[in-house]
Amino acid sequence: MKRKRSSGWLYLLPAILLLGAFMVYPLIDVLIYSVEEGYNSASQTFNGVGLYNYSHVLRDPYFMQALKNTFIIVIITVPVSTGLALLISLQLSKIKKLRDLFQTVFFLPYVTNTLAVGLVFMILFKRTPYSDGLINLMISIFGAGPVDFIDGPYAAKMFVMCFYTVWVVLPFKVLILTSALASVKKEYYNAARVDGTPRWRVFTKITLPAISPMLFYLIITGFIGAFKAYSDEVALFGTDLNAAGMNTIVGYIYDMLYGNGGGYPSYAAAAALILFAIVLTITVINLMVSRKHVHY
Amino acid sequence: MTRQQEFARIRRRARAKDIAFTAIRYTLLGVWAVIVLFPFYWMILTSVKEYGAYNSEFIPKFFTLTPTFKNYIDAFTTVSLGKYFINTVIYTAVTTALMLAVTVPAAFAFARLEFKGRDTVFVLFLALMMIPTELVIITNFVTVTDLGLRNTFTGLILPTATSVFYIYLLKENFGQVPIEIYKAAKVDGTSDLKFLLKVLVPICRPTIVTITILKVIECWNAYVWPRLITDNEAYYLVSNGIQEIRENGFGRDNIPAMMAAVVVISVPLIVLFLIFRKKIMAGVSRGGLKG
Repeated sequence: MKRKRSSGWLYLLPAILLLGAFMVYPLIDVLIYSVEEGYNSASQTFNGVGLYNYSHVLRDPYFMQALKNTFIIVIITVPVSTGLALLISLQLSKIKKLRDLFQTVFFLPYVTNTLAVGLVFMILFKRTPYSDGLINLMISIFGAGPVDFIDGPYAAKMFVMCFYTVWVVLPFKVLILTSALASVKKEYYNAARVDGTPRWRVFTKITLPAISPMLFYLIITGFIGAFKAYSDEVALFGTDLNAAGMNTIVGYIYDMLYGNGGGYPSYAAAAALILFAIVLTITVINLMVSRKHVHY
Repeated sequence: MTRQQEFARIRRRARAKDIAFTAIRYTLLGVWAVIVLFPFYWMILTSVKEYGAYNSEFIPKFFTLTPTFKNYIDAFTTVSLGKYFINTVIYTAVTTALMLAVTVPAAFAFARLEFKGRDTVFVLFLALMMIPTELVIITNFVTVTDLGLRNTFTGLILPTATSVFYIYLLKENFGQVPIEIYKAAKVDGTSDLKFLLKVLVPICRPTIVTITILKVIECWNAYVWPRLITDNEAYYLVSNGIQEIRENGFGRDNIPAMMAAVVVISVPLIVLFLIFRKKIMAGVSRGGLKG
């Protein structure tokens, strides 16, 4: 028995070592960083302990811009992508021909490199001296003037940003909802057919309650994912997101850590903890709402 | 009107309604399919257009009659795309192998071995699943920098190799294998390690394949950590490489060559996806997360 006891720990050892070094220790360390005032990464010294880092971050206009951008992305993309995913998977569940093909096509963006495909989106939307770009060409058919979606007005940039985000996150949501819809018991639908229940009622009384756990799972993970938006922004607007006015909270954290404005792990830590607090609050609210509405 | 006529009329109307709904359905799905596929079409199309021809098109053309592969040659000769590519293959292979080497024994320990404190440690592991990367990446960056591991594969790989979630998935799967098999093996005097490698791993192959593929996708698309840890071009992965190409590569205007690089980067995963389509989709719906 004794030999067995130690061998169990032996199997766990690599995982414990790696997680300890790169997850548990950093977790404690980030809290320490966030309260060390005036930390100097070159000399590794600091002059005091307090909440100055937090107040500095909250007064930084770049952080406020990042906060605003992130919230707009969250507020637009979470409902739009969830709604669109629901619409698409509902239609998918009702067809037989070409269903596999559609499912495969819809899943493609999941396996593509965000940075690489973002470049294609940039080209489609960008205005250059040579060409207004394909999207502007299509807009001009409806008589609207050319807009530079990549270097132009804020609303235009935000539109591309949200559009690309929805394009990227949709595959996962469609996949989850399609499998949730497939597992709704056929007897319910047959009973509703016999009773001549109208489509809309079938949807609100049978389909929606049945898939509500998965729907809420998607909403919760959708919120968390959208709050961490960063790579998609870089893909469209380049690494200098502050210059483009399109930075996000996560982007701000990395900029503080490294890059042109880098070398301030304390500010990065404070910003990361602020982000964590926001995400945690939203998730708790989501869970409270879901407890009221989800039928398990 | 007889009852039969009325019945026929109602049935005709119902059928017409059904057809209309089906038409709307396919139109909607078709439109989204076009939106999904169009960027892929556009990158391939642009990548075979000639530089001069592309820049003289004020109105972009939807096809080309004179495809050229020169852009692909440029992508490998003018910028170090080949180097980025090899780096990513090395990074992906080593990280995935290390991930398996760490998670498989850990999952086995949680699922089958009995030792003091096992359940407590497992709960602690589960708690770690809630920790966002953004929170720990700051210290990891400092740690790796202090250890002088920037611009090394060790620094790139070590912090991203473990995944608590995969340990959890595997543990669940190992737990489903009847414990009698384990007991029988013990009676026969089979060692734990031999049992794990010769019996458990082959039985649970589907799950192991799934997490391997998910990890490969994750590694291939990794951007944030490699960007923080590498500033030497010799260690760039494809994501950083494409960003580098975009900002300093061919010159900002050589879009066709850029698109050739994008195609080269995208193809491996798309091929992998088309081969393992069912497995990947099942795996992702069981536990994939984007990002």
